[in-house]
Amino acid sequence: MDWSALSLSLKLAAWTVLILLPLGIWVGHFLAANRFRGRAWVEALLALPLVLPPTVLGYYLLVAMGGASPLGQMYETVFGRPLVFSFEGLLVASVIFNIPFAIQPMQRGFEAIAPEVRDAAACCGLSRWRTLWRIELPLAWPGILSAMVLTFAHTLGEFGVVLMVGGSIPGETKTVAIAIYDRVQAFDTAGAGIMSAALLLISLVAIGFAYFTTARSRTQRHG
Amino acid sequence: MGDGGIDIRLQQSGPIPLDAALECAPGEVLALVGPSGSGKTTILRAIAGLLRVAQGAIRCGGVTWFDAQQGVYLDARHRRVGYVFQNYALFPHLSALHNVMEAMLELPADERERRARDVLARVRLAGLEDRVPAMLSGGQQQRVAVARALAREPEVMLLDEPFSAVDRATRQRLYRELAELRRELAMPVILVTHDLDEAQMLSDRLCVLHQGRTLQSGEPLAVMTRPETVEVAQLVGLRNVFRAGVVAHDAARGVTTIEWRRHRLEARLQTQFPAGAQVTWVIPQGHIVLHRRDRPSRGERENPVFGNVIELLPLGENVVLSVAINGPDRPPLFLTVPAHTARRNSIAQDVEIGVSLLSEGIHLMPVDDARTPGKRG
Repeated sequence: MDWSALSLSLKLAAWTVLILLPLGIWVGHFLAANRFRGRAWVEALLALPLVLPPTVLGYYLLVAMGGASPLGQMYETVFGRPLVFSFEGLLVASVIFNIPFAIQPMQRGFEAIAPEVRDAAACCGLSRWRTLWRIELPLAWPGILSAMVLTFAHTLGEFGVVLMVGGSIPGETKTVAIAIYDRVQAFDTAGAGIMSAALLLISLVAIGFAYFTTARSRTQRHG
Repeated sequence: MGDGGIDIRLQQSGPIPLDAALECAPGEVLALVGPSGSGKTTILRAIAGLLRVAQGAIRCGGVTWFDAQQGVYLDARHRRVGYVFQNYALFPHLSALHNVMEAMLELPADERERRARDVLARVRLAGLEDRVPAMLSGGQQQRVAVARALAREPEVMLLDEPFSAVDRATRQRLYRELAELRRELAMPVILVTHDLDEAQMLSDRLCVLHQGRTLQSGEPLAVMTRPETVEVAQLVGLRNVFRAGVVAHDAARGVTTIEWRRHRLEARLQTQFPAGAQVTWVIPQGHIVLHRRDRPSRGERENPVFGNVIELLPLGENVVLSVAINGPDRPPLFLTVPAHTARRNSIAQDVEIGVSLLSEGIHLMPVDDARTPGKRG
């Protein structure tokens, strides 16, 4: 069992969720509440990581963050080390390829709120913040929760993008998915098996928790 | 409009065309009546500040909420409006108590709960404060919505078809409750409904709306029996709309005589139409009296007309009769009689009956060829 790979994966997943939570709420809420020209294009762009082969996405991220790119150069000037093949670079990639998994369920969650409920909140004199905090977030909670779980589980399992952008540096960018691949390549099927089982268990617990919580909040709301 | 009342003028050509002028005094219930799609809800939303209209002005209690020319627009959060939505739009995850408390954020936190309980008790929901909307019946949900609207201490109450989502028995009870409640309300109340009976029962004034235009406002009975135009007559469900010619006025007797299909009919004096003019006339159901077939009644003296029954349509406890007056090819006269009356008088298809058209109920309107059935009268 490669504990450092597992803890790196968990750390990456947690950070990805942490960054995408406010971002997803903001963008999901905006897309659910507003109709504007080019909305379909924005939604399509956000969904792109779903259909793009991970290696293709990884290739472009590698180019965009590499030492020859403005982003890569800027990062290197500020922090004194390259963005690619680092945990931070991996995190940037992880956030980008998880965008659809985070935003879409949250957007659906906000869209499921009846428009009159928002109108009623306005007529009660609730500010936009209060409406978001007291009314919209609790009502969209199942969507937000499943977005978080999907993002977490998907980050744990991502392989192609991680390999392209992060390489396989132990303790820095070698995630558990890559460690499993390494074990198999080294004919250590027992090691690969244990790590796979651990990943399976974590994913199962995460998904199960999400379904359980969603079902419970639904029961409470509908008596 | 004096202090405390609301004065509304709204105009726009699209996307939803509007040309509405309404006013409602404090303590008055104004019913907005019209068919689906006539713009009733749109007007309520504009009053509440949920929809911005291109032209017009809204003033409430001496404060300008909206004035297109001066560029004044307060959004819903800054207008004190108690809005009861058609499906109540309660916050589904909050208890009845917290639904009401959300509308009282201006009060200090400790006072909020006490006041919310008071308001819920006022709409007879004491004991159900902790239930979420899904655990309440339709009628109880409606009361939570009313309580939440009242909790805002509104300057105007807006009720959007508040009885459409409950069963009939509950509706009857809620009518009584609203009638009681409204006596205590000091603010203008605007009630949207497509149900004329409901409007007549609950409102002080009625405004007929069609395709975004306010056509006629007035006391409910007056609007429903004395419409100003054929369009209003049709919207308030008057079916007996005919053409006639004015013969003469007799101010001494208070009578205007008209000629309709070779009948001379005496109507209430209406001198705005000169002798010789063509008019459209209507008569509400309540002013058509069926003659008893076994013995003559006094009513026979008043504008008697005779004709064959061409159709009987049972409608619950009543029967709607279509009577051909002066030939079957002309628009028939409709009259509603209780089913037992029809039975007792042996009324059947092709039987000749006599009716009196009470002169008090005969109401004259300008001719509207596009809308009057059978231009020949």
